[in-house]
Amino acid sequence: MDFWTTPGGWTLITLGEIVLVMVGVLISLAFLLLADRKIWAGVQMRKGPNVVGPFGLLQSFADFFKFMLKEVIIPAGADRTTFLLAPLITFTLAFIGWAVVPFAPGWVVSNINVGILYLLAVSGLGVYGIIIGGWASNSKYPFLGALRSAAQMVSYEVSIGFVIITVVLLAGSMNLSAIVEHQAGWIWNWHAFRFPTLVIMLPMMGIFFFSALAETNRPPFDLTEAESELVAGFQVEYSSTPYLLFMIGEYCNIVLMCAMLSILFLGGWNPGVPVGFMASWPPALASLLLFVVFALKIVFWFFMFAMVKAIVPRYRYDQLMRLGWKVFLPTSLFAVALVAAWKVFGTA
Amino acid sequence: MFDRLTQTVRGAALMDFVGAFGLAMKYLVRPKATVNYPFEKGPLSPRFRGEHALRRYPNGEERCIACKLCEAICPAQCIVIEAEPRADGSRRTTRYDIDMTKCIYCGFCQEACPVDAIVEGPNFEFSTETREELFYDKQKLLDNGDRWEREIAKNLELDAAYR
Repeated sequence: MDFWTTPGGWTLITLGEIVLVMVGVLISLAFLLLADRKIWAGVQMRKGPNVVGPFGLLQSFADFFKFMLKEVIIPAGADRTTFLLAPLITFTLAFIGWAVVPFAPGWVVSNINVGILYLLAVSGLGVYGIIIGGWASNSKYPFLGALRSAAQMVSYEVSIGFVIITVVLLAGSMNLSAIVEHQAGWIWNWHAFRFPTLVIMLPMMGIFFFSALAETNRPPFDLTEAESELVAGFQVEYSSTPYLLFMIGEYCNIVLMCAMLSILFLGGWNPGVPVGFMASWPPALASLLLFVVFALKIVFWFFMFAMVKAIVPRYRYDQLMRLGWKVFLPTSLFAVALVAAWKVFGTA
Repeated sequence: MFDRLTQTVRGAALMDFVGAFGLAMKYLVRPKATVNYPFEKGPLSPRFRGEHALRRYPNGEERCIACKLCEAICPAQCIVIEAEPRADGSRRTTRYDIDMTKCIYCGFCQEACPVDAIVEGPNFEFSTETREELFYDKQKLLDNGDRWEREIAKNLELDAAYR
């Protein structure tokens, strides 16, 4: 037992946790990707992938091998180093965000007390992968896609930041576990439903959701990929494994945003009823159940992401900017003021 | 002014999205329209213009009399015919080639044919791995005719009422 408290043992444990989280996220990504395609297909009355494995369950793995086995093509005019660095940046940044996500009580790789700031910083850096990728390709469409993404991701990060501030004000902590603990108990303790701040927090949840769509370049805000005018935006010149890294990174970011939505607004691992009845259970079992609750919430949000992709037509670039700067930013700023005022004058 | 207000309120309440979401959910649980292609196939009209075939009479004699009307009418000029009298004195083709890479499947050849010899059958699954395999010669076309005769005869019979 002593060994695990030494620096060496601690490093081993942390490494094990990191591997566990990465593998878990990667495998669930494979199935979420399939779910995305299946939902999209279902809305259009198609069947979606159904050939590889039962119900097409192994489709993502087949795609994985297809990508891995293809030739990596690097354009003659591209900057080789940065061209290959960009997908790595996107991939790595998408995964390191998971370090602070609490999956269940105590189930977190790094329980740092500024977890939210860390997440903001990581998602802020995420734009570099795309800009570098678009720039290093040395080609028109990727360049335009990268320019768009720079403006888009920066714009929506601002409103995401303000929405997060409202949650931080309510919870009184930047530690994600503490934020989840703050929503313990009945379902009306969740930030999205807690009276009377629900009047503000429900719209804030909506703003966070739509900003997350823009932040992760999902339709209807997929202007960086813009299939109809920029072919595939910053990914045009990418093939094989580098493209795969971009795609995994993108979906990983989406799921991370789903996790954030669950943690900030829907009570994280809290099932919506007091968990006192679990006191006599073995701790591992209780944690596992709470983890399943958290996973279900992530799946719910991912379903919403997929449905938005299926039903909403794409935004024009100026509409995107108008929505970000003239609707979301003032609204979230106003909400921060309201929540702060309620914190100071309302609770006394 | 009032319209503008209603629109803003509806927009802020995401009414459009809620409606679209409901509609999408409705479609999500509907039976799929997908035809599971290699295992299921859609219906084909008797007039479907697929792969070409040269037909024979029931006694085994080939129908084509080398009138070259099909060659003349072919807008893509993909048919090449050479002919000379056979030993028994009847006019027959010695060469009947169709370049399937040029063919536009307009069906003019079968319309032009006075003896229903060249027809476009119901087969559309004849993709090949090389280009050369798509340069059909007389033997290939006659083989097609023998292979698809039942379907072709049935289709001609079904379509006869409309001619």
